[in-house]
Amino acid sequence: MGNLYSGAEIVFKCLEDQKVEYIFGYPGGAVLPIYDELKNHPTVKHILVRHEQGAGHAAEGYARSTGKPGVVLVTSGPGATNVVTALTDAYMDSVPLVCISGQVPTHLIGTDAFQECDTTGITRPCTKHNWLVKDIKDLPRIMHEAFEVATTGRPGPVLVDIPKDIQFAKAKYSIPKKEKKLNRKISNRFSQKEIDQLIELMRKASKPVFYTGGGVINSGPKATELLRELVSLTGFPITSTLQGLGAYPGDDSQFLGMLGMHGTYEANNAMHDCDLLINIGARFDDRITGKIDEFSPKSKKIHIDIDPSSINKIVKVDLSIVGDVAEVISATAKTLKKKNLNLKKLNKQKISKWWQQIEKWKTKQSLNFINSDTIIKPQHAVQRLYELTKNQDTYITTEVGQHQMWAAQHYKFSKPNRWMTSGGLGTMGYGLPAAVGVQVAHPKKLVIDIAGEASVLMTMQEMSTAVQYDLPIKIFILNNQYMGMVRQWQELLHEKNYSESYSEALPDFVKLAEAYGCVGIRAKSPDELDEKIQEMINIDRPVIFDCHVDQDENCYPMIPSGKPHNQMLLGPKDQDENKITGKGKALV
Amino acid sequence: MVKSKSAYSTPSKLGKLDTNIFVIWVDNETGVLARVVGLFSGRGYNIESLAVAEIDHKENLSRVTIVTTGTPQVIEQITLQLKKLVPVHKVANFKREDKKVIFKEMALLKIVANPAKIKKALNACKKYNPVILDQTNKSVVIQITALRRDIDNVTKNLKLLGLVSTSRTGAVAMTRGAEIFN
Repeated sequence: MGNLYSGAEIVFKCLEDQKVEYIFGYPGGAVLPIYDELKNHPTVKHILVRHEQGAGHAAEGYARSTGKPGVVLVTSGPGATNVVTALTDAYMDSVPLVCISGQVPTHLIGTDAFQECDTTGITRPCTKHNWLVKDIKDLPRIMHEAFEVATTGRPGPVLVDIPKDIQFAKAKYSIPKKEKKLNRKISNRFSQKEIDQLIELMRKASKPVFYTGGGVINSGPKATELLRELVSLTGFPITSTLQGLGAYPGDDSQFLGMLGMHGTYEANNAMHDCDLLINIGARFDDRITGKIDEFSPKSKKIHIDIDPSSINKIVKVDLSIVGDVAEVISATAKTLKKKNLNLKKLNKQKISKWWQQIEKWKTKQSLNFINSDTIIKPQHAVQRLYELTKNQDTYITTEVGQHQMWAAQHYKFSKPNRWMTSGGLGTMGYGLPAAVGVQVAHPKKLVIDIAGEASVLMTMQEMSTAVQYDLPIKIFILNNQYMGMVRQWQELLHEKNYSESYSEALPDFVKLAEAYGCVGIRAKSPDELDEKIQEMINIDRPVIFDCHVDQDENCYPMIPSGKPHNQMLLGPKDQDENKITGKGKALV
Repeated sequence: MVKSKSAYSTPSKLGKLDTNIFVIWVDNETGVLARVVGLFSGRGYNIESLAVAEIDHKENLSRVTIVTTGTPQVIEQITLQLKKLVPVHKVANFKREDKKVIFKEMALLKIVANPAKIKKALNACKKYNPVILDQTNKSVVIQITALRRDIDNVTKNLKLLGLVSTSRTGAVAMTRGAEIFN
């Protein structure tokens, strides 16, 4: 006979067995028994946030920068509803989260009790799976299953809702044997035949391009290494989605930069004109494809993804390979070597023409902007930040909007798990709490949230968390006093009717920093920028950096809505040069 | 072309819609039906009919049958999305025209009318395995089993003969011959 443990104890025993080091949470009535148990488990450290959404995003930041699942602990009712945004965000961007929520006692469920809500009902569409624990005997199995579901296949969030009486109830605890493999949800279904087909297509291609996404990062560091090997083995150009940045070195000559709505001219044109498109771990998101009917019209398409439902969802492909990216690439590289196929040499002539075309596109220098001596251009700020931090291992998070795109365009990542941004859901307020989670996981590393002044105010309260745990995160605000992306769309599409997009009544960010007990820095002109950034880097405390930038700057290049990849709108420099033939303007 | 003001692309032309029947084996646990149905409503798929019941008490298995319409691409998506749900064991789907599969739906029809009309009503149901479950001199409850569109037709005709209440189960499906779903 084993010992009897309370539900709360079982929760921690599971966390210990899952080697969980940190949980992000906020106490409340329905989780008090679990909080009471916290003191007996020193290996599990609790980070107290200031709002449950912050707990969710912090856990996301932790998960994305470590590859381990993030764990969240919240109370019933408002605790659970507040975490819904973060769960949805994690669901869209495939981030493994395990959220434990308290619930009113079993006998009160359904009676509209105090702080009761239908948590499993509310979170059903934004989790991979969720459980309401109605019997203490199920708790160990459910807890371990939760980790299993969150981390296997395409990762994602799960939620375990535990009524308060279950937290008090007692049961035996043992690590459940891995029984039936979760209804056989196998993720590696590819065969050697498919790999051979892939290689055959690669061999025949004369205008190939790799289009890689967050799946490469989720597959782990080995996938990144293998990808680099494959790209070098083939000599093919490679472009990446927003989420995939860092999987391939951003400063490598085979890298075309990010693709999509604000991607580079060369990446998008390569996607449009290629004859072979190899999608590795990306999902043909609508910000990537532009107009579907005219998406990459001349290419054979290959899709490698661990999630079968991603295949043929948006774009019909010619060859699909369902599997873990690392294993598929590894099998491909092995086969290439075994067949002694040197694609680089074999295709050299064919592909060299393709590369010439790409070089031509590159001369457009589509990320260019007109710099200024008097006012800080936001792109310039990101470039300076990159130059001054690239010599150390830096982790970047962002909020959502123009600054996010500028960060993606101008900050070059060389390693995976260094770039945390809300892509699918586009959650303003993501970056600050995410930075908290990243810094918790990497206390000695430089962690910077490239932020906008509007986004960052949505979760500003988490500065308290950073101060409480001595997390020296740097909040680098590109302050243009506008919801910049909203303003940009209004300028381009709504006749400059800037409806409600001006950031009225902004706080003094330097004083705000001081009020939180951290350091505030302000930069207003380009000549003080470097020095101030350096100052920020040197401070071993949380910093809010208020960088005043050009209010009217737009994010270019861009694919105007409903247009295909080869009809990009380039920046002001190019627009000036092409005034007469400036088709671009009419396209917006 | 009218200039689009949307940050999203405009919809492309819709393909041809087919009627398909999904058969889904699920763990019989709390909320499982909500997961299946929520997937349909959340992703904008259509449900024409839904039938569900436990089929194996020991294995704790339920069988859900859903009739839906969609383009071939949507039907494939539904299949793949359903397979991702944790409590789902297997998913089969068939075109309505599939000759290898039997589709049947049961309906209970209450007719309140004079004996002459009731007789006519029973006659109209003749082809659909009618069973009289209850009869008075003013009314009758008839059980029929038939294809969905046959029941559609029969109920339309019976409206004139005193049909006052209809209860339908939604279609269920079974393969012909020795074959089983896999």
